[in-house]
Amino acid sequence: MNATESKNAFSYEDTLSFENAIGFENKYLYEQDPAFSPEMNRKKAIEVKDLNLWYGGNQALKKIYLDIPKNKIFSLIGPSGCGKSTFLRTMNRMNDMISNCRIEGKVCVDGENIYGKGIDVTGLRKRVGMVFQKANPFPMSIYENIAYGPKIHGVSKKEIPGIVEESLRCAALWDEVKDRLKEPALSLSGGQQQRLCIARTLAVKPEVILFDEPCSALDPISTGKIEELMAELKKDYTIVIVTHNMHQAARISDCAAFFLSGELIETGKTAQIFENPQDKRTEGYITGRFG
Amino acid sequence: MSYENRYSDELGQDPVLKKKTARRKKQELYQKTAFLLIKLSAAAAILTLIIIIGDIVLKGYPAVTIEFLTRMPVNQMTEGGILPCVIGTVELILLSLLTAVPLGVIAAVYMTEYAADGKIKCAVEEAVNTLAGTPSVIFGLFGMALFIKYIGLPQSLLTASLTMGLLIMPVIIRTTQEALLAVPKEYREASRALGATKWETIRCVILPAAYSGLITGIIISVGRAAGETAPILFTGAVYYYPKLPDSVFSPFMALSYHLYVLATESMNIELTRSLQYGTALVLLAIVFSMNLIAAGVRRHYKKKLSSN
Amino acid sequence: MTKHSLRDFRENFMKSLFLIGGIGTLLILLLIFAFLFAESFNFFKTYDFWDFLTGTEWKPGASPEMFGLLPLLAGTAAVTVGAIIPAVPVGILSAVYISELAGPKTADILKFAVELSAGIPSVVLGFFGMIHLVPRIQSVFDLTTGQTALTGSIILAIMALPTIISVSEDAISSVPAALKQGSFALGSNHWQTIYKVILPAAVSGISAAVILGIGRAVGETMAVMMVTGNMAIIPGSDIFLSSVRTVTATIALEMGEVAKGTEHYYALFTIGAVLFVITIGINKIAEAVKRKHKQVT
Repeated sequence: MNATESKNAFSYEDTLSFENAIGFENKYLYEQDPAFSPEMNRKKAIEVKDLNLWYGGNQALKKIYLDIPKNKIFSLIGPSGCGKSTFLRTMNRMNDMISNCRIEGKVCVDGENIYGKGIDVTGLRKRVGMVFQKANPFPMSIYENIAYGPKIHGVSKKEIPGIVEESLRCAALWDEVKDRLKEPALSLSGGQQQRLCIARTLAVKPEVILFDEPCSALDPISTGKIEELMAELKKDYTIVIVTHNMHQAARISDCAAFFLSGELIETGKTAQIFENPQDKRTEGYITGRFG
Repeated sequence: MSYENRYSDELGQDPVLKKKTARRKKQELYQKTAFLLIKLSAAAAILTLIIIIGDIVLKGYPAVTIEFLTRMPVNQMTEGGILPCVIGTVELILLSLLTAVPLGVIAAVYMTEYAADGKIKCAVEEAVNTLAGTPSVIFGLFGMALFIKYIGLPQSLLTASLTMGLLIMPVIIRTTQEALLAVPKEYREASRALGATKWETIRCVILPAAYSGLITGIIISVGRAAGETAPILFTGAVYYYPKLPDSVFSPFMALSYHLYVLATESMNIELTRSLQYGTALVLLAIVFSMNLIAAGVRRHYKKKLSSN
Repeated sequence: MTKHSLRDFRENFMKSLFLIGGIGTLLILLLIFAFLFAESFNFFKTYDFWDFLTGTEWKPGASPEMFGLLPLLAGTAAVTVGAIIPAVPVGILSAVYISELAGPKTADILKFAVELSAGIPSVVLGFFGMIHLVPRIQSVFDLTTGQTALTGSIILAIMALPTIISVSEDAISSVPAALKQGSFALGSNHWQTIYKVILPAAVSGISAAVILGIGRAVGETMAVMMVTGNMAIIPGSDIFLSSVRTVTATIALEMGEVAKGTEHYYALFTIGAVLFVITIGINKIAEAVKRKHKQVT
């Protein structure tokens, strides 16, 4: 497959040819690597079809088609303002909170269109959790931070201490904080706060976790810990991560998608994107010519 | 300065430089005069405050005894204490908070959390601004017309408190709004991303985080309610009421109005001077302690925020 | 599913509650308008509009009763102007001191002092004025009474100062540091920088401060009532040394004694409406000026 073909395939001018292309891409993704069994193809955590998004009159996402496989780490890369964070936020409808934001198209989580009628948005956000760029623990104790989610989702009081411990253990934070659960969460270090936020997300038992540049404010050691944690988490969760850090994307993700000016330029296995990009623009970004 | 002088001395022969130095000296003289004026103004402002407070504290202090605070006024208010006024003012404050705080907080939450930028929000904001700038005597007029003339309530603690409640509501709305806006938007996002609804987010995250700002607003409005006189003049405060208010429907005595009465209409104005000073001091003490507490809360909160 | 709908219900319930609360504030304002103007309307049923607006006498007890607005407006104008003349320079200069000359600690203390003085109940200030200012003014100017417009002006100046200082201080502090540094870098001294750069940049904020100070003075009731003597006459050339009666004082003094539903009662609401309109106008101007300031910085 040469560059021209690929460019045609992602021109999106003709839906039919595009779907062929996606089929082709998926085939590539899931069949050439032994890690992806054929049934993986059916195990899509998230399916995005013809997604368009506007902020007022300004189109921020243009005709996005993308499948995100289960139990993998999927990274979204691209220069600032390319729409990758916006795209991430469409997957748990966080963009709903922006008043002039308009969305068209389909985002299916587990086969269900989350922009369909009668969707319970709070239920959706429980299934699709999110960790933000800046660690944002609530100004409460460590324990209360974790207990917050289960509480609002009506988990009985007896179960909560168990959930708190389990979540903190999963986030590899338990040993560091087990003796000071009643202390304010803001007394933790930056890296610990970010792991606390991950634990808080785990406590509501999501299927997918969205990470919005989770390490951009952290030092290398804390970043390493979070990356290790993500590798551990993908056994049970599907992870989508937006990152500015090319090395991080290459290190931790299984698949990647490159965004530019609101368009999805290229997607595929991380190794393929980084070692053998099909699109000139991807190559340009990866090799550091812009962005 | 000395360096500059030496510098200009050495080069003092040059006529151009000489002129420049002269101009600079003139500018410095201007600066000195201006700064002197500025300092004098600041000193005048602060001195006025000190004189007023000092006068009232010094002359009021001997009058304020336990007896003064716990006795009824006797002998046509020329002797005795100010117990009913203290009680009346406290009850007035509590009742007006009871009306103003829930309504004010709700309106503030509506404006910062719920209202989309649009006509309604604009109109409400405008209303709050206008109410905040409305003279207190207008509130008194309104309270009298609405509560007494149209609803038919008596001149009472209740009527005065409702009127005072309206007066302090804009204060509470504004301070609450400020406190809510100071809550980082990350908290809102985090909570919503966990699947909390808007109200759950407000109740469990935003209001607790804005708590101290809210308290500050309430304390400030307590000070305001204690000091204002015009709104209660014709809605419930009376010249003299021989017993403590036994229900919200009875008239009452308030510190602020009592001071006015003693100072202007007392049987013997000169004779009751010390009573007047005592009342003024108690009133001032209530208002200032509220300001001090509010400042303390604010400082504590700032420390807490900056420690992250 | 029931839990979901219960949650939805609660959410919608709270949403409407908050909406009602927000609208409630609006409603209160509209009610105030409605009452003031409805009662004024009643007044003009029996009293001629022009007679009210141009009347030079306010004599509720006389027969026929006279309700002329002019003497009251003149009284309010006299004390307000008299208050603003000293309060504006002192207030602005104090604000300059706090934001430019004082050290951070002194500035904090001064700001708190300003806040405190804004909280002094007006009745306490009026009391202070009665005891200390009234007799002094009487003896200094050799008058029959020290309760004059001048006395009221001084007390009002003290009351308007905190507003002027704190709002101007905000305006001065919000001038970008880059402007100041730019001026210093060109070799200007501190005063030149203040005078030529900082004050011009903060001018609309300072104007807003002055206007708000005027608003505070116009609406003040108790303190003025206690020291101005409350004579409802149009003062002549000795305006500051004669006794005057302001709009606010008239309402406060007479409302307690008037029988509800009489012409006099409605007249008081009418001057209340006039006062309301004036203060709204003042606040609107201040807001517009402030908005301009925001655009500048």
